[in-house]
Amino acid sequence: MQIDWFSFTPIPSLLGGMILGVAAALYVLLHGRILGISGIVSGLLHPKLTDTAWRLSLVLGLVSAPFMAALFFGIFPVVEIESDWFAIVIAGLLVGFGAHYGSGCTSGHGICGLSRLSPRSLVATLSFMGAGFLTVFVLRHLIGV
Amino acid sequence: MKKHFGLLSQYAIGVVFGWGLIISGMSNPQKVLGFLDLTGLWDPSLMFVMLGAVMVGLGGFYVVSKRTEAFFGGALHIPSRRDITKPLIIGSLIFGAGWGIAGFCPGPVLVALGAGHLKALVFVVAMLVGMEISERFFSAHKKASS
Repeated sequence: MQIDWFSFTPIPSLLGGMILGVAAALYVLLHGRILGISGIVSGLLHPKLTDTAWRLSLVLGLVSAPFMAALFFGIFPVVEIESDWFAIVIAGLLVGFGAHYGSGCTSGHGICGLSRLSPRSLVATLSFMGAGFLTVFVLRHLIGV
Repeated sequence: MKKHFGLLSQYAIGVVFGWGLIISGMSNPQKVLGFLDLTGLWDPSLMFVMLGAVMVGLGGFYVVSKRTEAFFGGALHIPSRRDITKPLIIGSLIFGAGWGIAGFCPGPVLVALGAGHLKALVFVVAMLVGMEISERFFSAHKKASS
């Protein structure tokens, strides 16, 4: 294993992570819900009158975060996408299917689930991290995409 | 009035969560893939994201565990399931595979969409299709989500 010291950003990552924790904590304290993005988004597919507005509000907040970051702090997000269109479509399908079928994603299981010491979320997090490591290993080092 | 305040709070929490993703580096798929590339040049940053998030989250969820309702009123919608099921594991493995292909998961891809990336839009559409496939054809043996 070789550490990529050039890309390593422990301080911003820790700080950003704490901000994620603050948002997740506020969400459950104020609204009584798990801040799980996949669940909040998938609930929009079969809208009920009572929950579409709040789901959309949260999603709109996420989508407008880059604009608000530029407005308030002059920060512009770094987004480097090297996948081709085919990979994007396949990845999107797998992420959507898997997160829904597995009842959560990096936010719901990873951040919130681990924070509330849920055994289901621990298993889910270990599963998707393991699958992520394996997928990158196969794609980058065995196939060499 | 109260309802609008609730929606504004939802929006604001979405923005703050998006800021967390931007600052931590999670909204950059190449950084995520650098973390998932254990045997290559490995970028451990995302371990610190998780550490920071859970450190704060533990406190928040501890406070919630002492309460019976949300501060804005209304019941707590917190999953109570503890059973480790096949859909949980299989779904998470499939999710992880997709995460490892493009480096995007649901939150960060919405931030990337807001930053104006067309590929993020295509990813979101495919993600919605994937969710719908799960909902429509595979939701028989799983109910009550976590």
